[in-house]
Amino acid sequence: MLGYIFKRIFMTIPVMVVVALFVFLLLRLSPGDPAAVIAGDYATAEDVQKIREKLGLSEPIVVQFVTWLGSLIQGDLGTSIFSNKPVTELIAQRLEPTLMLALTTIIFSILVAVPLGTIAAFRAGSWIDRLVMLFSVGGFSIPVFVLGYILIYYFSITWRILPVQGYRSPFEDGMLPFIQHIILPTLTLSVIYIALLARMTRASVMEVLEEDYIRTARAKGLSEVKILMRHALGNAAVPIVTVIGIGIALLIGGVVVTESVYNIPGLGRLVLDAVLARDYPIIQGLILFFSLIYVLLNLIIDLTYTLFDPRIKY
Amino acid sequence: MSREIPLSSLDKASDLSVFQLVIKNKNVFWGSIILIIIILVAILGPFFALDPVSLNPMSRLKPPGDAGLFGTDQLGRDVYSRVINGGRISLVVGLTVAIFAVIFGTVMGLLAGYIRILDAIIMRVMDGLMAIPAILLAIAMISLSGATLTTVIAAIVIPEIPRVVRLVRSVVLTVREEPYVESAISVGTPVYLVMIRHVLPNTIAPLIVQATYICGSAMLTEAILGFLGAGIPPEIPSWGNIMSEGRTFFQLTPWIIFFPGIALAVTVLSVNIVGDGLRDTLDPRIARNMR
Repeated sequence: MLGYIFKRIFMTIPVMVVVALFVFLLLRLSPGDPAAVIAGDYATAEDVQKIREKLGLSEPIVVQFVTWLGSLIQGDLGTSIFSNKPVTELIAQRLEPTLMLALTTIIFSILVAVPLGTIAAFRAGSWIDRLVMLFSVGGFSIPVFVLGYILIYYFSITWRILPVQGYRSPFEDGMLPFIQHIILPTLTLSVIYIALLARMTRASVMEVLEEDYIRTARAKGLSEVKILMRHALGNAAVPIVTVIGIGIALLIGGVVVTESVYNIPGLGRLVLDAVLARDYPIIQGLILFFSLIYVLLNLIIDLTYTLFDPRIKY
Repeated sequence: MSREIPLSSLDKASDLSVFQLVIKNKNVFWGSIILIIIILVAILGPFFALDPVSLNPMSRLKPPGDAGLFGTDQLGRDVYSRVINGGRISLVVGLTVAIFAVIFGTVMGLLAGYIRILDAIIMRVMDGLMAIPAILLAIAMISLSGATLTTVIAAIVIPEIPRVVRLVRSVVLTVREEPYVESAISVGTPVYLVMIRHVLPNTIAPLIVQATYICGSAMLTEAILGFLGAGIPPEIPSWGNIMSEGRTFFQLTPWIIFFPGIALAVTVLSVNIVGDGLRDTLDPRIARNMR
């Protein structure tokens, strides 16, 4: 057991090294002089040289990688070319809105998707099942930003119930403005996540419902609610939780778009601003940061099963 | 003792070609019909519509009906003909991405499944690639190598490859254990023949299903990249680009975003519905796990 935990933690290291290598090579292997690309069309030769030195592009490639990896391990993600601030500092400044949006989305999605998926599985083939499945296919098909604009159009412009754009911090501006501003972004971002989770919940609950112990539970006269809650959902939990972890990758992509639609000053906006300014150290730092979050969350999820599910032994 | 197999049922099974079996599925049938209409409109439509890039400053930001079927944008261009033309680009991107992702993924998956040393390397690389959010990777690649149709397609293909590799590799690992493959190997069939005769045919059904899903998600990603301003060059009227330009005047003229948005959603929806139907008919094993 302890051995497995160590092995699993150890397994995240090669993944992160590969991510780092990707990000590193992306800049070096892209066609043309990367320093010139970053400097832009109107840069002088001097500017290009400055950027080349700043990114350490004039040294041998292996030396570059080792020095860069060394500073990464120390938590140094580099410095922004334009604002000259450390990338970690820029990330820290923008972290709160993104974290809040991700949290509200995950909580809302689980609260909606798990009951929906369970009911759909329990009443497989009924109209409610068809409706859930239709919603789930639809959720995968509608572009996040189109949904965002439809919601803004009705809720903010036509009916004037909710603010159009922006973000309010629950710590500085109070709870009510925070909730008012976070409702639409959360709804927008949740749809694809709900689609994914509801589908998975339905599949795993359906599989469990065919098991012998469910028939036994029915035979001994347990109510359907108890069967669903205790036996079906309890045993279907592992694949559902796994999908919550895998879906984080989907969520991160959605965050960039949602923050752009609703003008939320979070990490997603930071990505776009960095792309427009061609500030590669920031893009690089954010890719590493998001990948690390993804890897760590999935590590935690994997380890949680081993601790809480007695059936899983390694 | 012999168990009778009614001959009639065998005949029936062999009479039905795979195509007939698949098209009998309601999802595949209706999804394909909508998709064929969309493809026909995308191919033929531009010949009957106005020029999508011709400017008409006299009729700017006109609502649908006043000028053209879908109204006009801030430069007076006809939104309807832009949407029709944009369809071509979306469909081309979706199809190209699906084909390339499947080709690269299949080659790597076969290698990983068969050669142990390569397996470790390829799968670690794929794990790493999967940990990078697809949109971020695409944005980074495009911002570094410049936005052209080719780089955008490459940037969408690369994050899709790991899923295909995993799928093909798992098929290889399962098929390798089958008695008929073991006997083929034992009589000295060369590895490449085993791959072509026994392994590849087993990957076709799940790959077709996977390719439809990749096609759908590629069209969405293309639109998202265009919308974020990191996609195909803005002078090409792709759905993402049209919507991106419509953002500025959204409160006044929501139709510039809504029409291409609806077109995109319907197209992706019909691709996904076909995918679901194909999965149910072609690949009952996956269907059991996914449904």
